[in-house]
Amino acid sequence: MADTKAKPGQPKQGLLLDIRNLRIEATVYPPGETPKNIVLVHDVSLTLEKGKVLGLIGESGAGKSTIGLSSMGYGRGGVRITGGEVILNGRDILKGGKEGFRKLRGREVCYVAQSAAAAFNPAHRLMDQVVEATLLHGTATRAEAEKRAVALFKKLSLPNPETIGERFPHQVSGGQLQRVMTAMALCSEPDLIVFDEPTTALDVTTQIDVLAAIKDAIRDTHVAALYITHDLAVVAQVSDEIMVLRHGRLVEWGGTRQIIKEPRQEYTNALVSVHEIEHLEQKPGATPFLSVKNVTAAYGGSHIKVLKNVSVDIYPGQTLAVVGESGSGKSTLARAITGLLPPEEGTVTFDGRPLANRLADRPKEDLRQLQMIYQMADVAMNPRQTVGTIIGRPLEFYFGMRGRERDKRVAELLDEIEMGKGFLDRYPAELSGGQKQRVCIARSLAAKPKLIICDEVTSALDPLVANGILKLLLNLQQHEKVAYLFITHDLATVKSIADSIAVMYRGEVVRYGPKSKVLTPPFDAYTDLLLSSVPEMEIGWLEKAIKGRRMASAGN
Amino acid sequence: MSSPILKLIAQRIALGIVLLLAVSVLIFAGTQILPGDVAQAILGQSATPESLANLREQLGLNDPAYIRYFHWLGGVVTGDLGTAMSSGQDIATSIKGRLWNTLFLAFWAAVVAVPLAIILGLIAVRYRNGWVDKLISGLALASTSFPEFFIGYVLVYFFAVKWQIFPGISTVYEGMPFGERMQAIALPATALTLVVLAHMMRMTRAAILNVMQSAYVETAELKGLSAFNVIRKHAFPNAIAPIINVVMLNLAYLIVGVVVVEVIFVYPGMGQYLVDHVTKRDVPVVQAVGLVFAAVYISLNIIADIGAIVANPRLRHPK
Repeated sequence: MADTKAKPGQPKQGLLLDIRNLRIEATVYPPGETPKNIVLVHDVSLTLEKGKVLGLIGESGAGKSTIGLSSMGYGRGGVRITGGEVILNGRDILKGGKEGFRKLRGREVCYVAQSAAAAFNPAHRLMDQVVEATLLHGTATRAEAEKRAVALFKKLSLPNPETIGERFPHQVSGGQLQRVMTAMALCSEPDLIVFDEPTTALDVTTQIDVLAAIKDAIRDTHVAALYITHDLAVVAQVSDEIMVLRHGRLVEWGGTRQIIKEPRQEYTNALVSVHEIEHLEQKPGATPFLSVKNVTAAYGGSHIKVLKNVSVDIYPGQTLAVVGESGSGKSTLARAITGLLPPEEGTVTFDGRPLANRLADRPKEDLRQLQMIYQMADVAMNPRQTVGTIIGRPLEFYFGMRGRERDKRVAELLDEIEMGKGFLDRYPAELSGGQKQRVCIARSLAAKPKLIICDEVTSALDPLVANGILKLLLNLQQHEKVAYLFITHDLATVKSIADSIAVMYRGEVVRYGPKSKVLTPPFDAYTDLLLSSVPEMEIGWLEKAIKGRRMASAGN
Repeated sequence: MSSPILKLIAQRIALGIVLLLAVSVLIFAGTQILPGDVAQAILGQSATPESLANLREQLGLNDPAYIRYFHWLGGVVTGDLGTAMSSGQDIATSIKGRLWNTLFLAFWAAVVAVPLAIILGLIAVRYRNGWVDKLISGLALASTSFPEFFIGYVLVYFFAVKWQIFPGISTVYEGMPFGERMQAIALPATALTLVVLAHMMRMTRAAILNVMQSAYVETAELKGLSAFNVIRKHAFPNAIAPIINVVMLNLAYLIVGVVVVEVIFVYPGMGQYLVDHVTKRDVPVVQAVGLVFAAVYISLNIIADIGAIVANPRLRHPK
């Protein structure tokens, strides 16, 4: 079946990609040890028909991207393909050498990266980058390629398709860039596109538009695709088949319906049911211990207000979830409460007395009562300190604990985060993502605060790991009676953990109240958009959601 | 050109002028702190106190320092750099010819060194960590590590003494034909090129390697671009700001740091002029040359700043 290119617009048939017993290795250099080989992908085989979409799903480290990139003969960061065959259009591309790879990249196989914002060269105009591969491989003249690009911009419903190509990447929003990148991949009319988490970095309301655009483009151009993601609900919308991977091995491979409705493997089942944590809402108590009243804030004396007249209350031992898309002011609210960004107007009261606006003016005791956990656990810890030192530090700082007393408390805290004493002498670099976040939780608990502000603490984690963290947080809340201000863009997380919810949009709280009320219709337009944008694990959800929308998302 | 860029550029230029004024104060203060004064220098050890006092009166050395400073600055602004103590010649006139000579030498050294350094840097990145890269880095580093006078004498030994291709003494005069002039500066220009090459080459390599980690470089590789085109089209344009910076620093060095090379090759440029008059304690000349050097240095740095601003697409094409 050597290169039977059908005319565009007609479905193609036959086998396109046949990966047999693929084995991928890398050399790692652990500090202080001799370099060693590790196997990233163990004998994985897959086939893909022309015009079909195969979803590759798994947690980080499952080898999804590595397998996807092997179809282009590319190993990221010194990764080597050491065994197996990658047969594309009837020939083993691994035998083609560097020259062979160059000829197929950008022509037969194209790539759409997770962050288009980083994947576009900031120094060149979009159009030059979109048509670059087409011109390089000589499949069209510049005029033809640009015409094709404009047609693709239209198909992907980009605004001003005629002129958007003249812009530079920084002049275009993230959601738009992701679609321009899809157009870039389609422009050279490849047989296969590797989509590597193309919507993961986007807001949930933008993701749905980009997802719909990608799906339409795939359908209309009859290109085949490998769609890599960790989100099963997303991949269920676009794929014909789904392959579940774990630790570089195949777990399960089947039709989309079978995988999400009748998973055969236990691991697949865990992925499918990952978000179901039952959390009964607690009724708000008599008096909140922390009240944010009419707070308005801006960065650097700018006239653009990032927070506009925001008021929320937090009750002892309960969770207030703050949801909204990026730029809605969620994290700024946290910064205003902690005093990192002194509000211009309004007050924050704690136990009935106002807190000083500026962090520097607050007494140590106030600092102790408010602790924070961040999204990126690895940069929130000093890489040169051991876990014991990191958790022990607030004990010394706030309570003056020393020696054995401190060590005992650190050990208790390690138990509370379900990690045990064995981790005392480890460095952050030796921990997994979930373990790092647990250490950060222990560090904040060590201060015995009344409130922990959790800023997107599960967003960087794999779903199963994130689930473990949420369960831990809920357990700790029961034991320690600590309250959470839980900032997230993920509504499934909100349902699992919140007692009350504040929905933020462009610096304002647009909906606020107990969880049951906020999540019950009738909705305001924005909350409706937000709720209807959360992917559901159901075939055909995407089309229904797009149809049923009352308001266009802002960030596309 | 949009207003934010113009504003930034205007800021840089204003800052440069302020800086130059500050430097002029420093130069003036520095020459005041030096032991002895001009009158002493002119009359020598055997001068009588009376003749010293007379000369000081005559030269205005008894005025307070700030009056002398403003007097001097006023002259500089109107193009009058004063008169050389030792020879009685007008400094501005002597500097003009010599500055021209120095710029001529620096220009031709730069014409060779800058493109060569950047191309070598690109090649080093293309074959990074291989033997080509190591060879280029090693040779460039060696040429920088040798002091200029050593390189200068080695060049003289081979090219002037042994093979007699180029003159060992770079005499130039007004009205000299271009070809002869080029032949005269061949050796000093080569010495200067070797001195500045490595710094520019290694910074180019480092700046591009830094950019090579970016996602857009991977995008370019996945389009099927050849390794060299990935570097040239996608990495280099984003590394240009640091490269401009190091190039300008080295150009400044070519103009103000040539003292040793000019002395070795007896080239009638600014460096030699400065050295001659430092030994004669000719303060007005030293001040004037110092100020000219400072002006060159600051202007080149302003150009580097402006280059970096203009090279940034975010500033060039605001949202």
